[in-house]
Amino acid sequence: MLGPVDYALWIAGFVFEAAAVLSIFYRKAFARYYSICLYMACTFFVQGAQYICFLKFGFRSPQYFHLYYYSDSLLTILLFFVVMHLYLLVFAGMDTDRHIRAGAVLLLFLTAALSYLVVRQHRTHLTEHFVVELGQGLYFVGTVLTYILWGAMIKLRERPARLVQMVLALGIYYSATAGVYALRDLFPAWRAAMIWVPPAANVWLSLAWTLAFLRTREEASVMVPTLAAKAR
Amino acid sequence: MIPELIYVVSLVVLIQFFVYYCRSVLASSRKVELSARVREAAGVGNSVAADDFQRFLELVRLCPENSADRAGIRAVGAYYSLLHVLARLSRATVPSVAAWAERERQGCSHFAAVALDRRISFSRDLFVQQASSRP
Repeated sequence: MLGPVDYALWIAGFVFEAAAVLSIFYRKAFARYYSICLYMACTFFVQGAQYICFLKFGFRSPQYFHLYYYSDSLLTILLFFVVMHLYLLVFAGMDTDRHIRAGAVLLLFLTAALSYLVVRQHRTHLTEHFVVELGQGLYFVGTVLTYILWGAMIKLRERPARLVQMVLALGIYYSATAGVYALRDLFPAWRAAMIWVPPAANVWLSLAWTLAFLRTREEASVMVPTLAAKAR
Repeated sequence: MIPELIYVVSLVVLIQFFVYYCRSVLASSRKVELSARVREAAGVGNSVAADDFQRFLELVRLCPENSADRAGIRAVGAYYSLLHVLARLSRATVPSVAAWAERERQGCSHFAAVALDRRISFSRDLFVQQASSRP
């Protein structure tokens, strides 16, 4: 049965995902951050579909279970495309980093394709242990990719403050979720105690991205190694 | 073995990302000069001390809430607590880490002072709006 915390996280997720999409349009940043806008819109609609499924079939139903984990895996793959787009934004205008960009794009496409095939193959017997293992793997790849991206941003020194905040927020989201999935794999009995972490991480990501769009100007930049605001 | 490895790596990376995120939030306020009214209200001089954070936070809570800065204040509050523990643990063993933690805590206090300044301005604007809307 769902408690007040679960409902609160659900509502907060809805509100902040919508807020993230609206803030992108409000700041006229759709052309630059279209992948983030698309991801947030998809998360919003998936949450809506999950809620309808929950009302119709119940929280413990196999329909809800399949929809939740299947859509979660697909959203994770979609988030990989956001990471890829962030790589392109970070390395924008740099001819020397063509190889890094190509490598990142290839890795992301391979992971996305492989995950999609694995999920498709197991869709008739999507066991809880399998989905936890898959989620753990996908989120961990996301953590590594975001960490590499952050390392590259440190090397590149000066980057837009908004991009810095978005990459860091994504890193927190990925590492928290990967850690919780790993804990669930290690201690399946603790499932109930950790079930609220992925939705809370989702609320965090949408809130942090909304704030990044609303509070940080596109033209503001920071020196990444020290994270000091650049004097203008 | 793999879940253990994933858990440990994720936890280490999570702490690093959290610290960097809080530093990026602090960076936005680092260059902001404190107004005389904030210094007067908090009873501080030209620079704020690392231990002033709680005092500023209490004053921030007395002002009407502004949803725009709530998340930032919470994140920095958690970061400040983390730094407080780190400074205590490292004071005797690794003084350089303790000194870094102290500088970061000072940054947190400055952030809270800037937040207080914004909330005072927000409260004044509210008061002016209410006063002007009275018949």
